Amino acid sequence: MIGGWTGRILRVNLTRGTIKKEALREDWARDYVGGRGLGARYLWEEGDPTVDPFSPKNKLLFVTGPLTGTNASCGARYMVVTKGALTGAITTSNSGGHWGPELKFAGYDMVIVEGRAPRPVYLWIHNDEVELRPAEHLWGKGVWDTEEIIRKESGVPDTIVASIGPAGENLVRFAAILNDLHRAAGRSGVGAVMGSKLLKAIAVRGTGGVRLADARGFMAASWAMKAKLKASAVTAEGLPIYGTEVLVNVINEHGALPTRNHQQTVFEDAEGMSGETLTETRLVANKACFACTIACGRVTKLPGEAAGKFLVNTHPRNWQIAGEGPEYENAWAMGADCGIGDLDALIKANWLCNDLGMDPISFGATLAAAMELYEKEVITNSLTGRPLRFGSGEALVAMAEQTAYRQGFGDLLAEGSKRLTARFGHPEFFMGVRGQEFPAYDSRAIQGMGLGYATSNRGACHLKSYTVSPEILGIPKKMDPHSTEGKAEITKIFQDITSAVDSTGLCVFLTFGVGLEDMLPQLVAATGVPYSLASLTQAGERIWNLERLWNERAGLGQGHDQLPKRITEEPIPSGPAKGLVNKLGEMLPEYYRLRGWTETGEVTLQKRKDLGLA
Amino acid sequence: MAKQLRIIPEKCTGCIQCELACSFVQTGRFQPARALIRVHLFDDQASYAPYTCFQCDEAWCMTACPVNAITISAVTAKVVVEALCVGCGLCTIACPYGTVWHNPDSEKAVKCDLCGGDPACVRACPTAAITYLETAAADWLGPWADDLNRSLREMQAGGGQ
Repeated sequence: MIGGWTGRILRVNLTRGTIKKEALREDWARDYVGGRGLGARYLWEEGDPTVDPFSPKNKLLFVTGPLTGTNASCGARYMVVTKGALTGAITTSNSGGHWGPELKFAGYDMVIVEGRAPRPVYLWIHNDEVELRPAEHLWGKGVWDTEEIIRKESGVPDTIVASIGPAGENLVRFAAILNDLHRAAGRSGVGAVMGSKLLKAIAVRGTGGVRLADARGFMAASWAMKAKLKASAVTAEGLPIYGTEVLVNVINEHGALPTRNHQQTVFEDAEGMSGETLTETRLVANKACFACTIACGRVTKLPGEAAGKFLVNTHPRNWQIAGEGPEYENAWAMGADCGIGDLDALIKANWLCNDLGMDPISFGATLAAAMELYEKEVITNSLTGRPLRFGSGEALVAMAEQTAYRQGFGDLLAEGSKRLTARFGHPEFFMGVRGQEFPAYDSRAIQGMGLGYATSNRGACHLKSYTVSPEILGIPKKMDPHSTEGKAEITKIFQDITSAVDSTGLCVFLTFGVGLEDMLPQLVAATGVPYSLASLTQAGERIWNLERLWNERAGLGQGHDQLPKRITEEPIPSGPAKGLVNKLGEMLPEYYRLRGWTETGEVTLQKRKDLGLA
Repeated sequence: MAKQLRIIPEKCTGCIQCELACSFVQTGRFQPARALIRVHLFDDQASYAPYTCFQCDEAWCMTACPVNAITISAVTAKVVVEALCVGCGLCTIACPYGTVWHNPDSEKAVKCDLCGGDPACVRACPTAAITYLETAAADWLGPWADDLNRSLREMQAGGGQ
C-alpha cells in the first residue's frame, strides 16, 4: 500500500442498508493524489452527470488525502465530492476541523454514500464497527444539538460528527455539511444532497494511526515547511492575529469589495466589520483546525446587551456561548453585499448559518439579490413579509432562519439567487457563474479573478484559483489587478496547482506562505510515490480536465464560461477602481489555448490522451 | 533545579500538533489516541487545554506501583520501565491528574517521559502554549529516588529476583 493511506474505503448503500469495506484503488490514488482528485475519479467512474442532484443515483463522496491526519501543517482537510444541488456541476467542497483525520484514524480513506434511506439515519463509524443508526430523533435538530446527542448516546465522548442542519433536511440549495460545530463543507449545496439521502450525520471515532512510507524524511520536511510558514507575513502574522477578516480593509481599499449586490465596490462601513474591529471587540479565542499552525479561526461572542439584540424564534440557546466566525467571505456576503456593517448582526447570522447548516456566502449573496429586487420595487412587503432594505441587520438574522426552514419568503431564498432572480424576471441581478454566487472579490477590479470565476468547474469560487494572491497581496510576485496581461497563464497555473493542493489533504491557505515545492517533499516522504513538481502539477491539470469533462456531460462545460453583464458591461461607479469592467473576452481565448482546448472551450481528444483521460 | 513542561491554555488554539508529535515519538506514526499529551477541546466554551504529566514531586504513580516499574530518569521524569510493568493499572488510578494511561496494544502503563529531555510537544507547538522551563523542584534525586533506582538496576541485572 502507498504510505499515508489506510487502503480501505467504506461503501454505504442507504437504499439497501448495506455497508461494504473495499480496497482503495491504488493506481487512482497515485494519479489523482487524493481528496478532490480521487473523489472526482471515483465519481467519473461511478456517477452519472445527467441525474438530478437529489436523485438517489447521485453519489456523495467524503474523501481524505494522503496527508490528512499527519502533522503536516494544515493536514486537516477532507473533500465532499458530488453533483452540487445549487449548480448541477461537479462540486468539491472542502472542510477542516478534525473529521477527516478521525476517518483516517478509524481506518478509512473515503466514504461513498449511495441511494436514499427509507427513513432518517446516521452512519456510526468506530474503527471496524460501522453501522447505520436511526436518526428520526435528530431530524430537525441543529448541528450543535446533533453533535451533542450523538456523543451522549454513543457513550464515546471523543466522537467527531459531520452533520447537516435543518437547511440540509429542507433541501435548501446551498445547504452545507458541518463538522466540529463550525467547520463547513460549505458551498454548492452538498448538505442538501446529504439531506436528500435522509442521512443526518456521519459520526466517527478512530484510535488507529496514519503510517507513512518514510517517517523520518517526512518529519524533516514538515519541520522545514513550518519554519517557512513562520517566516511569512500572512501566515505568521496577518491570519493568526486578525483571521481571514484581515482582508476586509485590504480589499475595500482596492475598491474590490462588492457592495449591495455588486452595485458598488467600496463599502463605507467596512471598518466596522473588519478583522481589526472583530479582534478588538468580539474575539474570545483563536481556533485552529487539526494540525494547523496558522489558526485563522475566530471564536467570537456577543457581549451583554448585544446578545439579545436580534431575537430569533427557534434558537433560544447558545447566545451566551461563543461561536466561530464570521470569516472574511461570510462577513462580506452577509455584510457589505447586503449593505450591513453591524458586526453583531453578522456574528449572529453567521452562527445561525452554522447551526442550521447553510452556506453563508450563497445565503448572503442571495439575500443581497433579493434586497436589490426589493429596493427596485420588483418585490414588496406583501411577499417578503418585512422590509428587505440594504443595511437591515434585523432582516438578515430573520431571513437566515426563515431560509433554513423554508418559511415564508425564505422558501424562495432557499433556491439560490439564480432561481430567485429568474423567477421575478430579473436574471441580470444574479451575480455568479454556473448557478453559484460570487465570493467576496469584484472581478472588475481584479481581472484575473473574473477569469477564475468564469472557468471554475464548481461555479463561481475563490478557492480554485486565488489570483488575489499575486494581484493584490503580491504573492509570489505582484501583478497589476487592473490589467488582463498574463492573467490567462496565472489562472491556469493556479487552477492546476490548487487542484493538486486540494488533493493532498492540505489547506489551500498554506499557499500564502509556501509553494507547491515546499509541500512536495512531505507528499513524497508520506506516500513513497516519487512525485515531482512537474508530475504533481500535471496531476492537478488532469483533475481540472476531468472535472471539466464531467461538466461537459452535465451540460455545464463550454458556453458556461460567462460573467454577468454587470461585471462585463457596467463600469464600477466610484472608488479606486472607478470605470472598470472585467475584460473576460480578452482573456478567455488565450486561456483556452493554454489549456489545449478548442477555441470554444471544449476539451480535445489529444488533451485527454496527454493526461491519460482518453 | 529541574526542567518541567509548562502549559498555558490561553495560548492553545487546539491544533493538537503536540498530540501528533508525541504519538509519532511513541508509535512511529500519527495516532493521537496513543499520545501521552492530550488536548481537551471544550468547543462550546472556546477553551482548549493540553494536559500531560507534570512530573509532580509526590509521584503517586511511582509510590503506587507494586513492582517498582516507575522510576526517575536523568531528566527527572517519572518513567515507566516497560520490561517491569505488569499492566495492573494501579498507577493510572493513583494519578490524581489522569495523566498515566493504559496502552491497550502493549497492555502496559504509559506516561510522559519528557522525551529524554527534548520534548517533542514543545518543539511542535506553534504558539508556545507548551514550554520546557527550568523550575524549582524538590530533591527528586534524594535517597528515596536513589533507592528506587538501585532496585531497578538490580532487577535489570537479574539480581533482584
